[in-house]
Amino acid sequence: MSASDVQLDRQGRLRHFLTVEGLSRRHLIEILDTAESLHGVAERRVKKLPTLHGKTVVNLFFEASTRTRTTFELAAKRLSADVITLNIAQSSAVKGESLLDTLRNIEAMQCDMFVVRHQQSGAAEFIARHVKPHIAVLNAGDGRHAHPTQGMLDAFTIRRHKPDFAKLQVAIVGDILHSRVARSLIHALNILGVAEIRVVAPRTLLPFAVESLGVRVFLDPREGLKDVDVVVMLRLQKERMEGALLPSEPEFFERYGLTEERLALAKPDAIVMHPGPINRGVEIDSRVADGPRSVILEQVTNGIAVRMAIMSITLGNHAHPAGENL
Amino acid sequence: MRDAEFLIEAMAVQLRELLARRGIGEPALVGIHTGGVWVADRLRQRLEVAAPLGKLDISFYRDDFSRIGVNPQVKPSELPFDVDGRHLVLVDDVLYTGRTIRAALNELFDYGRPASVLLAVLVDRGGRELPIEAHVAGSRLELPAGSHIQLTGPEPLQLLLQNTP
Repeated sequence: MSASDVQLDRQGRLRHFLTVEGLSRRHLIEILDTAESLHGVAERRVKKLPTLHGKTVVNLFFEASTRTRTTFELAAKRLSADVITLNIAQSSAVKGESLLDTLRNIEAMQCDMFVVRHQQSGAAEFIARHVKPHIAVLNAGDGRHAHPTQGMLDAFTIRRHKPDFAKLQVAIVGDILHSRVARSLIHALNILGVAEIRVVAPRTLLPFAVESLGVRVFLDPREGLKDVDVVVMLRLQKERMEGALLPSEPEFFERYGLTEERLALAKPDAIVMHPGPINRGVEIDSRVADGPRSVILEQVTNGIAVRMAIMSITLGNHAHPAGENL
Repeated sequence: MRDAEFLIEAMAVQLRELLARRGIGEPALVGIHTGGVWVADRLRQRLEVAAPLGKLDISFYRDDFSRIGVNPQVKPSELPFDVDGRHLVLVDDVLYTGRTIRAALNELFDYGRPASVLLAVLVDRGGRELPIEAHVAGSRLELPAGSHIQLTGPEPLQLLLQNTP
């Protein structure tokens, strides 16, 4: 059984959210539409809905995070859930038993949802396989594998600016090799029917057989950025790099960094995205990051609505187990 | 199948009279998705209300989330006016248990503090489970629990009544 099987119930509804891979267009559209309904909540006087009143959400962060952790916390709070965040000291590997022990202890506190970030690929799926059936598990990033809520908030941000996925050309630029964000976004955009997804990077920062994900590879940004509608810049993940994958940061910026001159190759109304945190002057020039076509801060805002949508959908699908008649 | 337009005309007559009696000159109408929005839109035209139409989707406020989860067809709520101090008319198609209206009132108050809220419904079918009553009703019936009444639309607006055997 793969992660995409674990996350669906017998009626094919999302009960966990572990990966975008293997989901249907219907699942993704439901998330995007629900997030659209939740987007306006932040502009009201009371930025809160009673939907998850009485539920307890535990953020299990085995790996450092600011944006993701904060937006998950805010999402849960805006749905009236009680939230606890545990920043758990990193261990070098997933020790099956110690992770399970952590899990059992937190389960004993009667919680309803785990939001898991872990440096090991597959950690959230492992937890989903072992939790009690009433608990929903959301993957907030596992190793190099997936960051599905980020992929969905990126897709949501794109749709708010360019509603017709079938007409879009999207370029994802930079450190594809270490990026779980890129993997989740590529899967999401392919499922949503984007016309063309390009990855633009030096060979050393591309995963083996990256074409099999359904992308076109460009080593030269002058070709890769030509006439695209969306440019997604990725953070150079220095902390994950082993050995000499890069000559130097200045040289990377020189060859691949997004400057106004390079952005001019894209369509005139192209938007610029970045999952954050940005390295100014490494993958993106400040004039572009702070410029009129940047939607980087919108992505952060949209992350709250998208996470609220995924939380309410998955916990809602736990409301009555599959097969039970009302 | 019954045409709903004459019930809306009856609502408009009652509502006009009630607003005049209360001295409310500039009300705003708020329809509850989906049928309530159709009815509110027609009432707004008949009463020549200046304020834009408000729309509420109460999916995230329902009291049965822990049984049925999120409605996959949920739509954004839009109240394109300042709720504070405003006289509101909440509009729905069918008033039954009163739970939808309870949820809608809770949502309204998360936007602000209205001066007053009136309730106008196309059909009051009885069967209340909460202390909620309509100020205006196009029709009042006592339907048995098994029967189902539904507004279809938006063009034409028709009431569909089904009696489950």
